[in-house]
Amino acid sequence: MWVALSYACWGISIVLALWMLYDWFKIDTTYSEEMLTSSREGELEAVSEKHRI
Amino acid sequence: MTITAEPAVQVQGDRVSLLRVLGPAHVWALGVGIVLVGEFTGWNFAADKGGALAALIVCWIVGLLYTSVAMIDSEVTSTVAAAGGQYAQAKHIVGPLMAFNVALFLVFAYTMLEVSDAILLGDTIVAKAGVEGLNHNSFIAATIVVLAWLNYRGVLMTLNVNFVITAIAYVSIVILFFSVSPWTQGAVLKLNELVTPGNALPYGWIGVIAAFQFGIWYYLGIEGTTQAAEEVRSPARSLPYGTMAGMITLLIAAAMTWYVCASLMPWEYLGITYYPLWDAGKLTGSALLENLLFIATLLAALASANGCINDAARAWFSLGRDRYLPTWFSAVHPKYRTPYRSILFLLPIALAFAFIADLNQAITFSILSGVLQYTFMSINIIMFRKKWPLGSIRRGYTHPFHPLPAIVLFCLCVVTFFAIFLGFGSQLIAMVAFYFLISLWFHFYRYKFVRRGAQFTMPWPKPQGY
Repeated sequence: MWVALSYACWGISIVLALWMLYDWFKIDTTYSEEMLTSSREGELEAVSEKHRI
Repeated sequence: MTITAEPAVQVQGDRVSLLRVLGPAHVWALGVGIVLVGEFTGWNFAADKGGALAALIVCWIVGLLYTSVAMIDSEVTSTVAAAGGQYAQAKHIVGPLMAFNVALFLVFAYTMLEVSDAILLGDTIVAKAGVEGLNHNSFIAATIVVLAWLNYRGVLMTLNVNFVITAIAYVSIVILFFSVSPWTQGAVLKLNELVTPGNALPYGWIGVIAAFQFGIWYYLGIEGTTQAAEEVRSPARSLPYGTMAGMITLLIAAAMTWYVCASLMPWEYLGITYYPLWDAGKLTGSALLENLLFIATLLAALASANGCINDAARAWFSLGRDRYLPTWFSAVHPKYRTPYRSILFLLPIALAFAFIADLNQAITFSILSGVLQYTFMSINIIMFRKKWPLGSIRRGYTHPFHPLPAIVLFCLCVVTFFAIFLGFGSQLIAMVAFYFLISLWFHFYRYKFVRRGAQFTMPWPKPQGY
């Protein structure tokens, strides 16, 4: 049973790793680099929490 | 806590950023999830350094260190609510070079802890199986890849899972504690026979100092809660609440763990076993407790690795976003709203270390980076209070007795460095040399790519004296 579980772990790892690589490729070819890297620190903070004492 | 589905694609205009979907329970799950594995393995090596009583003394003193960390972190993070946690704090309060180093401390501490967790999980399964020729590599690979996939798919589900598995692991410690009749000595527990005046401190007080190195394991990683700052709905409330609740939870777990383990095992064995709680479950003679503690050990390792992937990826992502590293790393997944490239970049690094590194080496690198970070925090809070005194900016939480916690934290960090030097002096020197060289690279080469004005984003007034 443990040996079978070991093989199952390799299988799951390979499938999920391939899925992530596929999704990564799909996203990078669908969206522009400018949009993917458009996150800005503090942007949401400035909008959601007014700074008042 | 409610468990809800991940939101669908949410892109605001042409911008995409991390999602604010987390609450205090997720912050607790992130912090306690990373740390709790330390109760299942790690803290007990303190007994090898200084005896069972030394393990208890450092449990309390290092508890004081981490209470200071939690209080200081809660105050600063409730104000600097950005991914990257202590990195963002350092950037705004100390300066870019310190921030770069702090981010590297974070990435190293969490990646090496993730590696240690995966090795522990693999070794635990192999020990349980008892099958000749069974290798731990498949279990290590599955742990790292499945958790990376979970993190890739969204922070809400990642931390919902962490909440559940951390809670189960924690409850298992409580069940073990009450199953051994802690109010009665002699029935199951034999503390007065196992810890006597003759063997309580076998190496004297120098043993207590040496035990600091592993006493860190009772609480290592609670400061990881701050990495969720950009993804919690109300940072000013959720972060202090989740972090302080996490610290209280851990203090209770640490005390229960020491009491049960020191009452069941002689210090000579307690100090060398890799599975103190699982062994305690076995020693009760109950198959149910033995299996419960075996499963809890696995869950604690999973929760810790899961939180570490979350935190390391956010620190790396933040470096990319400020151009301290190539901006390529700052990409956010438009559907899952996670720093997917940072998660994927760190995945093979964790796998490589997990396959080739030794558990003790990985743990030592993690602890060293952690203590460097705590040393920074003690200096950081002094500068924060000096530049922005109380009343000058809004704080979600104000820690009491300032500057006492900062001084206590700094002094305990110095003691811990000495303890690490006693056991792993060459690694300590190598790590400090590495950070020195990488600082030179950042200062003389990389910093010219940074947009200097754009990196300071908090809407604060000018600091006093500027």
